[in-house]
Amino acid sequence: MFGKLTLSAIPFNIPIVMGAVAFMVLGVIAVLGIITYLGKWKYLWTEWLTSVDHKKIGIMYLILATVMLLRGFADALMMRSQQALAYGSNMGYLPPEHFDQVFSAHGTIMIFFMAMPFIIGLMNCILPLQIGARDVAFPMLNNLSFWLTAGGAVLVNVSLAIGNFSRTGWLAYPPLSELHYSPGVGVDYYIWALQISGIGTTLTGVNFIATILKMRAPGMTLMRMPVFTWASLCANILIVATFPILTVTLGLLALDRYLGMHFFTNSMGGDPMMYLNLIWIWGHPEVYILMLPLFGVYSEIVPTFSGKRLFGYTSMVWATMAIALLSMLVWLHHFFTMGSGGNVNAFFGITTMIISVPTGVKIFNWIFTMYRGRVRFDTPMLWTVGFLITFTIGGMSGVLLAEPPADFVLHNSLFLVAHFHNVIIGGVVFGVFAGVAYWFPKIFGFRLNERIGRWAFWCWFIGFYVAFMPLYALGLMGATRRMDHYDVAAWHPLFIVAAIGSGIIFLGILLQLVQVVVSIQQRELTRDTTGDVWNGRTLEWSVPSPAPAYNFARIPVVRDVDAFWDMKQRGVDLKSATFVPIHMPRNSATGFIMAGFAFVVAFAMVWHIWWLAIAGLAGVLVTLIRHAFNDDRDYHLGADEVRRIEAMHGRVQARSM
Amino acid sequence: MSNGSVVVQGGSLALKPGYADHAADALRDLRQSGDAVDFEVEHHHDVASTIQLGFWIYLMSDCLLFSGLFATYAVLSGHTAGGPSGSQLFDLPSVLVETMFLLFSSFTCGLATLAMNANKARATVGWFAVTFLLGLGFLVMEVREFAHMVSIGAGPSHSAFLSSFFTLVATHGLHVTCGLIFMAVMMVAVLRKGLTDTNRARLNCLSLFWHFLDIIWVGVFSLVYLFGVVH
Amino acid sequence: MNVANESVVGHAPHGAHGGHAHGGGHGATHKSYLIGFLLAIIMTAIPFALVMEHAVAGTPLVIAFFAIAQIVVHVTYFLHVNGSPEQRWNLTALLYTAVVVCIIIGGSLWIMYHLDLNMMPGMPHGRVP
Repeated sequence: MFGKLTLSAIPFNIPIVMGAVAFMVLGVIAVLGIITYLGKWKYLWTEWLTSVDHKKIGIMYLILATVMLLRGFADALMMRSQQALAYGSNMGYLPPEHFDQVFSAHGTIMIFFMAMPFIIGLMNCILPLQIGARDVAFPMLNNLSFWLTAGGAVLVNVSLAIGNFSRTGWLAYPPLSELHYSPGVGVDYYIWALQISGIGTTLTGVNFIATILKMRAPGMTLMRMPVFTWASLCANILIVATFPILTVTLGLLALDRYLGMHFFTNSMGGDPMMYLNLIWIWGHPEVYILMLPLFGVYSEIVPTFSGKRLFGYTSMVWATMAIALLSMLVWLHHFFTMGSGGNVNAFFGITTMIISVPTGVKIFNWIFTMYRGRVRFDTPMLWTVGFLITFTIGGMSGVLLAEPPADFVLHNSLFLVAHFHNVIIGGVVFGVFAGVAYWFPKIFGFRLNERIGRWAFWCWFIGFYVAFMPLYALGLMGATRRMDHYDVAAWHPLFIVAAIGSGIIFLGILLQLVQVVVSIQQRELTRDTTGDVWNGRTLEWSVPSPAPAYNFARIPVVRDVDAFWDMKQRGVDLKSATFVPIHMPRNSATGFIMAGFAFVVAFAMVWHIWWLAIAGLAGVLVTLIRHAFNDDRDYHLGADEVRRIEAMHGRVQARSM
Repeated sequence: MSNGSVVVQGGSLALKPGYADHAADALRDLRQSGDAVDFEVEHHHDVASTIQLGFWIYLMSDCLLFSGLFATYAVLSGHTAGGPSGSQLFDLPSVLVETMFLLFSSFTCGLATLAMNANKARATVGWFAVTFLLGLGFLVMEVREFAHMVSIGAGPSHSAFLSSFFTLVATHGLHVTCGLIFMAVMMVAVLRKGLTDTNRARLNCLSLFWHFLDIIWVGVFSLVYLFGVVH
Repeated sequence: MNVANESVVGHAPHGAHGGHAHGGGHGATHKSYLIGFLLAIIMTAIPFALVMEHAVAGTPLVIAFFAIAQIVVHVTYFLHVNGSPEQRWNLTALLYTAVVVCIIIGGSLWIMYHLDLNMMPGMPHGRVP
């Protein structure tokens, strides 16, 4: 009746896990309790959970990502503390089968449920505003995408309490991930969490490509789009091109596990190496999916805080497209050591080195933008300069690893771990924080506390180096990744330093949380009344903060790159005298319900509760069909209402007769 | 204009009823300024063409999904683990009949599209009904082929070749099934509400999907069945 | 000059796209479907006949050729993708997808052939050198 699910699935006998579960459950109860106490259930449902407004969906993504950052970072602290302790006779406090789940969860969460939601959140909040659109092309689909992602995140967290997570790393290589060597539910949780969130992400890709290609303001040709928009376009193209491969690969692994097929098994003709080939065809473009939008963020921040136009707009666009294209030609560098031989390795080694060239072009463009500019070091710019330094170092270690002979020594060592954290933290994470600091006033209508923001930056920056530079050394000294224990005396002090570094980063995260709380408390003092706190250059700064539901009362006509800067130079009046009704989509519960059923399917599949899985699938289909027959999807916001909202933000022209 | 909306610089404008007072002021300002416009007050984007592009991009992602399955099949097709190979299993005349079912259904789908463009709601539903039956015929034959193979011990769990064969062909079959469900829903929708703009946009999506499935099938019968028998 | 220049434009009401939907609408004629259909039948019949009659040399290449040709026929006559302005993004997306498909399938075959050759002694090796 309940498949494999029994009460013994809850790990009552493992205190660390039960402690974490208790913490999680208390957190959930606290949140639900506060909402109930404030009587906000109806508000939450009608204004947020069923919202098809890209700005609200973006905020929900950002909240999801923040929560999962804490979860993934808890895993990081556990690993660092374990490795700082577990030398020689000390086995540490995490037994191997628990440690394996921790590093698997850490990677899976950070990539899929922290980095991707942060990036998709920023794209949602800002991109339609940047191109002068009122929303994305498919607002309901946008809502569905969010809830599918959230469903995946919830599934990963459920695995902590019911059953266990996978022990096979963030990519679940066979044969270890096959049923024979991983008979439990962990790998299944992993597979289904990624399948449902993967569908959400693919739909986001479709949505944003259609939006960027079809919904730009009049006059905004492709070569007048902001660089963030260009970068997002390229990233979304990569999403649409490669997430299907992830879906296929995990699907084939699931077929092996559930139906006894032989894609990646050790016998009957299966070939585990094919899994690595396929998963990295997805996996490498994935890291560029993460990186490109943040390159776009930096391209917005540097000109704004240098008071200068971006240097080399055209080369920036071409470099972005080149990176996107080349990212599909390098994937084998993740398995140089698997045995494909000199010719194949040489080809992919060369392409990997080539891809660093357009990235270098971008770095020079940012530096040249700053040169002779009047640079203001507000927090977004601090994060950006931190990125320029840190990412460059990480990129260099990447070029080193791109040499197959070097990689044969360093593959899967801590050198590799240091490299990818160097580029992901220095590039992606710093970029997310820069973007959030930059666009926070636009999204929420008030500013973040600058002073605490600076402290948080310095903790992250210093903490990162203290945590990861030792890992480069350790890797060169022969230390492998994913070790729960070791016997080499010389490694021990370095692990301790790394643990201290993670503590400093932890302080940075705490400061960021404090920053948000304090900023909310101080919001009346830091209200954004003009919509343009940084003297910005792109269209999102031309609307009030936060933007009204319809974004633009009037769609601007674009004449140049840096459309808003151009409008300011020409003295265009943002106040309007004429208002017309605006066509708006209604909120919809369809996305939430469909994703809810999808979650049910996923959970049921994990525990082999077949009738429930079928019922869930039927639920998805029925909800979709009902939605198809629902014609009550939109309404018009009356001209008077638009005028009232615009007047609230001081955007109504006094009528002269 | 890229979005299908119109911006007029001077000259005469067609006005929506009810906007006369506001528009008069705007028009006056416009004529006085003599400049090109800075804002568009009334804005529409071409919904039908956005839907079509969005669906097309989804189809491209589906193409890439199939390419992963094709790549897997291509790599593993020789891995028969001592078991039966394609040339021993495939029944080409039957595959030819299946192919004709699908190809004919593509043609009748095209006729349905033409009927829709000519505003003939009942003819549209009629041709889609024929398409549906042809598609169903294809599926029935495919299921029978699978059942036969399983019954003689050549099911998907017997070798990597068989796993990849069944998965590739069945994934296509699942897509066909989804297409039939889509088709049935649309036939009901058109019977109930006629050829509204929404229904037209969706029927365009449906026919894109259906033709695309036939394209994938061309790949399947060539790479899997024909190649498989030749080698 | 601080006057915002605006245009207030009237549009025909939503339903008035008339009988002509976008997308597949423009190229869709009886002729195109008929030609496509007949071409597709021929391009299906030939490779099937060749294989079923056990013709030998070069058959794989012939099969591949007709497969690609028939796909082009479908894309042109059934999906109406061409170089016209309305179809520009569709064509671009299609060409990009084709490139990526070739990279995925071709790359996988090349890589897996070498991996199997070096790392799987005794297993049958694929056909691509």
